Amino acid sequence: MDKPFAITLDVGSSKANKTGAWRTERPVYADRMPPCNQACPAGENIQRWLYLAEDGSYESAWRELMADNPFPAIMGRVCYHPCQTACNRARLDESVGINSVERFLGDEAIRQGWTVPVTAEPTGKRIMVVGAGPAGLSAAYHLTLMGHAVTVMDSGAYAGGMMRFGIPRYRLPRDILSAEIQRILDMGVTLELGHTVTNLPAALRHFDAAFLAVGAHIGRRAYIPAGDAARILDAVSMLRGMEGGVPCLGRRVVVYGGGNTAMDAARTARRLGATDTVVVYRRTRDRMPAHDFEVEEAIEEGVTMKWLSTITHADGERVTVEKMRLDETGFPQPTGEFEELAADTVVLALGQQADLTLLQGLPGVDFEDGVVKVGDNLMTGYPGVFAGGDMVPAERTVTVAVGHGKKAARHIDAWLRGTTYRPAPRPAPAAFDILNPWYYSDAPATVRSTLELARRTSTFDEVQSGLDESSALFEARRCLSCGNCFECDNCFGVCPDNAVIKLGAGERYAIDLDYCKGCGLCAAECPCGAITMQAEQT
Amino acid sequence: MTVPAQQIKFYQTGSFAVGNRLLDLEDRSVQADTDRANALTSGHRACQGCGEALGARYALDAAMRATQGQMVAVNATGCLEVFSTPYPQTSWQIPWIHSLFGNAPAVATGVAAALKAKGRTDVRVIGQGGDGGTVDIGFACLSGMFERNDDVLFICYDNEAYMNTGVQRSGATPPAARTMTTQAVGPEPGNAFGQGKNVPLIALAHEIPYVATATVAELHDLEYKVRRAMEFRGARYIHVMVPCPLGWGSAACDTIRVARLAKESGLFPVFEAEDGEVTGVVKIRRQVPVEEYLRLQGRYAHLFGDPPRTDVIARIQAMADRNIRRFGLVE
Ligand SMILES: Cc1cc2nc3c(=O)[nH]c(=O)nc-3n(C[C@H](O)[C@H](O)[C@H](O)COP(=O)(O)OP(=O)(O)OC[C@H]3O[C@@H](n4cnc5c(N)ncnc54)[C@H](O)[C@@H]3O)c2cc1C
Ligand SMILES: Cc1ncc(C[n+]2csc(CCOP(=O)(O)OP(=O)(O)O)c2C)c(N)n1
Ligand code: SF4
Ligand code: SF4
Ligand code: SF4
Ligand SMILES: [Mg+2]
Repeated sequence: MDKPFAITLDVGSSKANKTGAWRTERPVYADRMPPCNQACPAGENIQRWLYLAEDGSYESAWRELMADNPFPAIMGRVCYHPCQTACNRARLDESVGINSVERFLGDEAIRQGWTVPVTAEPTGKRIMVVGAGPAGLSAAYHLTLMGHAVTVMDSGAYAGGMMRFGIPRYRLPRDILSAEIQRILDMGVTLELGHTVTNLPAALRHFDAAFLAVGAHIGRRAYIPAGDAARILDAVSMLRGMEGGVPCLGRRVVVYGGGNTAMDAARTARRLGATDTVVVYRRTRDRMPAHDFEVEEAIEEGVTMKWLSTITHADGERVTVEKMRLDETGFPQPTGEFEELAADTVVLALGQQADLTLLQGLPGVDFEDGVVKVGDNLMTGYPGVFAGGDMVPAERTVTVAVGHGKKAARHIDAWLRGTTYRPAPRPAPAAFDILNPWYYSDAPATVRSTLELARRTSTFDEVQSGLDESSALFEARRCLSCGNCFECDNCFGVCPDNAVIKLGAGERYAIDLDYCKGCGLCAAECPCGAITMQAEQT
Repeated sequence: MTVPAQQIKFYQTGSFAVGNRLLDLEDRSVQADTDRANALTSGHRACQGCGEALGARYALDAAMRATQGQMVAVNATGCLEVFSTPYPQTSWQIPWIHSLFGNAPAVATGVAAALKAKGRTDVRVIGQGGDGGTVDIGFACLSGMFERNDDVLFICYDNEAYMNTGVQRSGATPPAARTMTTQAVGPEPGNAFGQGKNVPLIALAHEIPYVATATVAELHDLEYKVRRAMEFRGARYIHVMVPCPLGWGSAACDTIRVARLAKESGLFPVFEAEDGEVTGVVKIRRQVPVEEYLRLQGRYAHLFGDPPRTDVIARIQAMADRNIRRFGLVE
């Protein structure tokens, strides 16, 4: 064709001009690690299940959650939610109420009777789990999903471990606990209650591998000079007693210790009719290991706190308390000033120790500070015997125990196959500074309502209620989806070169490298930081 | 009845993001739609991160939806014209004609008159140009178009200088900004204070049916205003702030951020007016000192030397404060 001077192209669309050649950097979609997921001891993909819950797909959300944690309804009540402490939204207004959405999903599953099918082919391997607490049950759940045959043995009359014999009912109603445990048993897990394992080498003969999760149940004692009439209990025994009947505590109860267990013991004493419940703790409030909300709820319920005090003597009617002061290192030192408190009972809540006698006679197993040493794969020094939960060195929470159960299951499975389980490398963190928070609407958190005070001191009814559906949905939608595309169309909209291709619902986007000039606007305006700019190879 | 963009209430994104899978289709922006007109398509030669290319597509795609594709655009000379139509190529996927640098409003008037003569008043006319073409050389034609109340929507893409010819000062260049013709030298470096013109307010004074300002940082608001403008007959004017990475010395990836800060600092008031009366302002959502806006731009670098020109920055802040008072930009 005859073209005018200096013209080489036919008249037509500028699409013939591939401006992508200008580019020195290209946008790349990446899923980064949201801080909530990073912080969850059970390794939940929180961002993902919140994303599913956001459009009302509660069952899908629940199934996503169940991939990591078989106890959403329990978690939603007792987990100390480190995810929320880490949540990026806290920098905008308040963290997302992850835990309350989790509870909503867990309760919804119980209401709807959702179950988890076991689809794996049976492997023919038999695995023994000792202890039906959260660690043992979580391992049993995951191992069953992998096709192994699991038998759980527990000395107790009911399954649940400290979730049943420690955590009081007003925080974890037993029908909820039982429902989530039953769902695991219904998957084909064998449970042998009243079965205390004493001779591990003998028991192991019938199994291909074992997971030990016996917890830490022995209440630590402190030497307190005491008269004959003094009634001194330890908190774990007292709380355990609650599951059989009603322990007799008297009207004036002194609880010694500053942890969560002390709060539970004191609040339980109030509910049992104690008129005076005093917590005696040797340091100051800010140093109490108990979580703030538990101290606050205890005080609301009429528990009084005596900080900077130690018990020096007890008899049937009173205890003697010595005032302490903190030295420069923050350590409490005696002052020589004494005070007397009327008390019928002293409850010691000074921590728990693990009873590890069942490991006697097992060669190669090492101990450290009263717990069992395990490798990164949670295996003890005895091949094929793994351990987790409170009996190994770790933070002692239900969620950590659940995480150990999952992790152990993966390593046991690999060990049985003669391989090594290698977790996928974690993506780069989605820190707050990669977000473009302009795009998020203001939305302060919803608050869970609590039971009226009168019923909190006279009954064991659950103190905190759950969210209704609309509040749970609202809360899920507060999630910023840190580091993970949530299909807001910003990149598709803001590209001055129409170089972002929208692939359709659920399919996300692609970059048209023929025209992308690499300006970086899509990356800068992505609210959740899901796009990174990477240098072109030249 | 059209609903202002700010009324969409949604608790994740939605009021501000381009789209959102959870919003009803009609509450998402035109830009979220894979069937958008893409009035200005790929392959154009605008710089990386060009605010004008983005603003033009935003506005014209919204106009295409509002008119069901029955529209024609008349374009003044300037970057938008030059980068989109180097013969033999065009990026325009709409009926589009190029006028001259100074007569786009008059040509648009003529197109509207011709369509009326042919009984095709269903086809709507848009005139558009840069700030130079609008505020300076095309101004007499624009004022005449307003005064006669011709049935044209004129859109000014304001990048605050004559960019296409190499960043010369225009009547829309802000005080203290460095351009090729207002160098950062002497005791009052950059463009002078107390000069230039505010064409949105001049348009308002013509008491035409609709006047609005917008930025490329608030898409829902911009689209709403184009849609709203199309509900009127007669002369209408929309003035869109479109940062220019090249002329402003800002990073290509910061184009939208810079526009956002112009509005959030109060330097660029975003409002709309009907028949000469202001009917709505977009409030500042996260107020920032002007310094945050200025710092991102090389054209103000001379204010942040050693020692910094805090006196000049304070004068610019005073301009923002005056806008905030005048338009009630803060709740
Ligand atoms: C009062 C109290 C309140 C708590 N509140 C919370 C809370 O709100 N949130 C939280 O995250 N954590 C809480 N914790 C901590 C949490 O309960 C524990 O960290 C968690 O239960 C540990 O789980 P586990 O599976 O390791 O052991 P456990 O739950 O202790 O379970 C161990 C099980 O092993 C069984 N067992 C022991 N020895 C043998 C044996 N030889 N043979 C067979 N069975 C055996 C026991 O009967 C028991 O059922 C609380 C603890 C206490 C004491
Ligand atoms: C009558 C006339 N004078 C000068 C020019 C040269 N010229 C072309 S574009 C331009 C500047 C355009 O500035 P503006 O309208 O602000 O648009 P921008 O390029 O900044 O988008 C000039 C001076 C011309 N084309 N016609
Ligand atoms: S288990 Fe705990 S840490 Fe994990 S998501 Fe739930 S509340 Fe958060
Ligand atoms: S905003 Fe959402 S994704 Fe981000 S940390 Fe919080 S819960 Fe996780
Ligand atoms: S906005 Fe468009 S041109 Fe710029 S980097 Fe992203 S895809 Fe490329
Ligand atoms: Mg210009």
